[in-house]
Amino acid sequence: MRGLQTIDSFLQDFSGLLCAHNACPRESEELPVPRLKAGAKDCKDPKGPKQSRKRLHLFLTLIFSFVPYLAHADHPKPWQMYYQDPVTPVMDHLYDFHTLLLCIEGTIVLIVGALLIYVIIRFRASKNAAPSKVAHNTLLEVIWTAIPVLILVFIAFPSFKLLYMMDVTPKADLTIKAIGNQWYWTYEYPDHNIRFDSNIVPEDQLKSGQFRLLEVDNRVIVPTHTNIRIITTSSDVLHSWAVPAFGVKRDSVPGRLNETWFHVKKEGVYYGQCSELCGVKHGFMPIVVEAVTKAQFEQWLVSKKNPAQTPSGG
Amino acid sequence: MSYATTIDHVHNADHPTGWRRWVLSTNHKDIGTMYIIFGAFGALFGSTLSLLIRLQLAHPHGTLLSGGEFQIYNIVITAHGLLMIFFFVMPVLIGGFGNWFVPLMIGAPDMAFPRLNNISFWLLIPSLVLLTLSIVVGSGAGTGWTFYPPLSSIGHPDAAVDFMLVSLHLAGASSILGAINFITTIFNMRAPGMTMHKAPLFVWGILVTAFLLLLAVPVLAGAITMLLTDRGFGTSFFEPAGGGDPLLFQHLFWFFGHPEVYIMILPAFGVISQVISTFARKPVFGYLGMAYAMVSIGVIGFVVWAHHMFTVGMDVNANAYFTAATLIIAVPTGIKIFSWIATMWGGSLTFETPMLYAIGFIILFVIGGVTGVTLANGGVDISLHDTYFVVAHFHYVLSMGALFGIFAGFYYWFPKMTGKMIPEWMGNIHFWITFVGVNLIFFPMHFLGLAGMPRRIPDYPDAYSGWNYIASLGALLTFAGAIYFALIVYYGFKWGKKAPSNPWGPGATTLEWTLPSPPPFHTFETQPHVS
Ligand code: HEM
Ligand SMILES: [Cu+2]
Ligand SMILES: [Cu+2]
Repeated sequence: MRGLQTIDSFLQDFSGLLCAHNACPRESEELPVPRLKAGAKDCKDPKGPKQSRKRLHLFLTLIFSFVPYLAHADHPKPWQMYYQDPVTPVMDHLYDFHTLLLCIEGTIVLIVGALLIYVIIRFRASKNAAPSKVAHNTLLEVIWTAIPVLILVFIAFPSFKLLYMMDVTPKADLTIKAIGNQWYWTYEYPDHNIRFDSNIVPEDQLKSGQFRLLEVDNRVIVPTHTNIRIITTSSDVLHSWAVPAFGVKRDSVPGRLNETWFHVKKEGVYYGQCSELCGVKHGFMPIVVEAVTKAQFEQWLVSKKNPAQTPSGG
Repeated sequence: MSYATTIDHVHNADHPTGWRRWVLSTNHKDIGTMYIIFGAFGALFGSTLSLLIRLQLAHPHGTLLSGGEFQIYNIVITAHGLLMIFFFVMPVLIGGFGNWFVPLMIGAPDMAFPRLNNISFWLLIPSLVLLTLSIVVGSGAGTGWTFYPPLSSIGHPDAAVDFMLVSLHLAGASSILGAINFITTIFNMRAPGMTMHKAPLFVWGILVTAFLLLLAVPVLAGAITMLLTDRGFGTSFFEPAGGGDPLLFQHLFWFFGHPEVYIMILPAFGVISQVISTFARKPVFGYLGMAYAMVSIGVIGFVVWAHHMFTVGMDVNANAYFTAATLIIAVPTGIKIFSWIATMWGGSLTFETPMLYAIGFIILFVIGGVTGVTLANGGVDISLHDTYFVVAHFHYVLSMGALFGIFAGFYYWFPKMTGKMIPEWMGNIHFWITFVGVNLIFFPMHFLGLAGMPRRIPDYPDAYSGWNYIASLGALLTFAGAIYFALIVYYGFKWGKKAPSNPWGPGATTLEWTLPSPPPFHTFETQPHVS
């Protein structure tokens, strides 16, 4: 692990992409936190999916071992090949389920590829001058209809579970409204009378360690270990509010209020980008969520109400 | 006047010459040829734009298409998508190969409605002119090929989007007329003895495609018309301020749009079936299963549209339904894949260029198909929708699926259409360049999408630069392959050896191979009998 981290930080220095001070929580810093299950009640689940995810992580890390970035990412890393590091229960499940899909589908591709290679070698004209005339085999046809059906049924169950888990917002402790505008986001905390705009930081104003095209002047500040309801809408055209590490993407549609939720388990800064074409600066309206402890969040709320002592990032 | 002329010269005036032969053409082969030439032009136009996109994205900070605060970039991706779909893949596969080979394969003297056929083709010319105008008029149409309102209404006030929408109206009318023609021809003009269950699978592919067009395009036409009146006449179908709903447009669009993606692939399925059977020297395995797999893909294709809309905030039960329905499509798709392999099994395989493209098609289409299964899951799609993963998915099924189908068909039928052979080694090299090139472009896009890179952005966070660079290298290679292809075709016309009526041997059993290469202007004036 240490070795990986060394390469990791070397490559980041190399590409001029130093982590922001709080942007890269390492796996080892991970806190044991209660996980949220589909029923949306807090419950402790010390091994279960978490362990299996770790194992899959390991599996994938081995496969792509020349890519040292798989283990922990809340912003994209150079040559990244897989998801960013999940930090919400929903993204945990999504990650596991996608990895399951990847294994099933990878196997299918390999089987088809192997069959093709076998057929190409075994039945080339030089090896098999007289073609067979067989053009039916009912049993075979039933089998290659039935097996895919079984595989799909097998996929469908965890798929629905994930879908419904995402949909049901557990009792939310905080509501944030994200309003898409051409081309920035406006955030409202209706319970706290807070409202601010969040604009991209132009390249010439980036501080060292900040990410070009991903950084904003005013981040969304949220407490960790809290169920947060996010309501999206738009003041002009369609936009989409997305944070990959949360497994959240919700279109912001004028005239509609869309709702989704997340529950961040780790403090950190999480980056996303508008994900629905919205005009010329569609690529320039990033989303940054900074997850802090509940105490820090309370402080931030106070400072927001009393702007004299605004700390950075707020 | 021309009516009288026809009567006068009833025996020989049916072979007009000069401009009349083409502009007034009612001959399915000539019209097919015009469609193919037109499609080649669309391909050149569309792939030049794709090269521009990849050059823009080769490095972060790209400035090539940065004009108008990157409006140029948005125009280019919009035009690229529309050109490739409506002015390359559809004209070549349906208008080109369909016109040429459906009548020949079913033993018909021509299409059922030859003049309708003429207007179907010629409608495309003004359509392409209007699309080109939408690029240059005002600030251009930068809406994406899906042109969702309000970006395509209040977001684009000048006339560019109107030009684009009218262009699609014309292309749609062309498609509907063509579809009527194919359906009528296939149902009514088969030679005696050729029952539907004996018709070659390419004919089945075109038949199902024609039904999809007939049922899906009018819905697009409705959506376009509503959008046009929203833009110009103060209606508010999609305008929330007036009680309308932007999501209504998306439902209408994808009710057309999902069948549309199958419209692009079903004829290619047909081509691949003919090619594999020919070069395996065996009849297609599980013919009926293959035909009805296409029919069921067509039917199910109409009830899965909202899998493009998992993030819009639909009811969760609707999302669950669309997940299930979409997963089901993988079953008939799997049947086709396995049947192709089974056709090769026990065969006596040779690997001429069409066969290389067909085999490449199978493996790459499987990759595109399984990523489709990933995206079908409404939950997972939340993480991948509108990222490069989707771009990778649909280019695997289109840039490798439909495109490989087109190349397979082109190399397969070139001797028939022109009477000339293209040297095998030239085609083989073209296959390998294309195969490596498109995989270099599109495989890394899976990684970009998983890592979170949104699609349709003109510049990206620096971390994404590595894979983007690889993709752009692949685009250069693919483009070089395309130029090389043009040279091959030129060579074939100019120096190609004369093609016999059947260059492919005993595996080529469909009726077109019983005719000379190229076939005479009129064929099957007396009906062939199929045993
Ligand atoms: C196994 C079969 C397939 C399945 C299950 C499938 C599933 C999907 C899904 C769920 C999406 C939406 C992704 C998103 O936007 O988030 C999608 C997008 C797309 N698919 Fe497929 N697909 C399949 C085959 C095909 C084929 C055969 C084609 C065309 C030849 C195709 C072309 C497309 C295109 C063009 C898009 C993107 C449209 C856009 O947003 O611009 N797909 N597919
Ligand atoms: Cu946007
Ligand atoms: Cu679809």
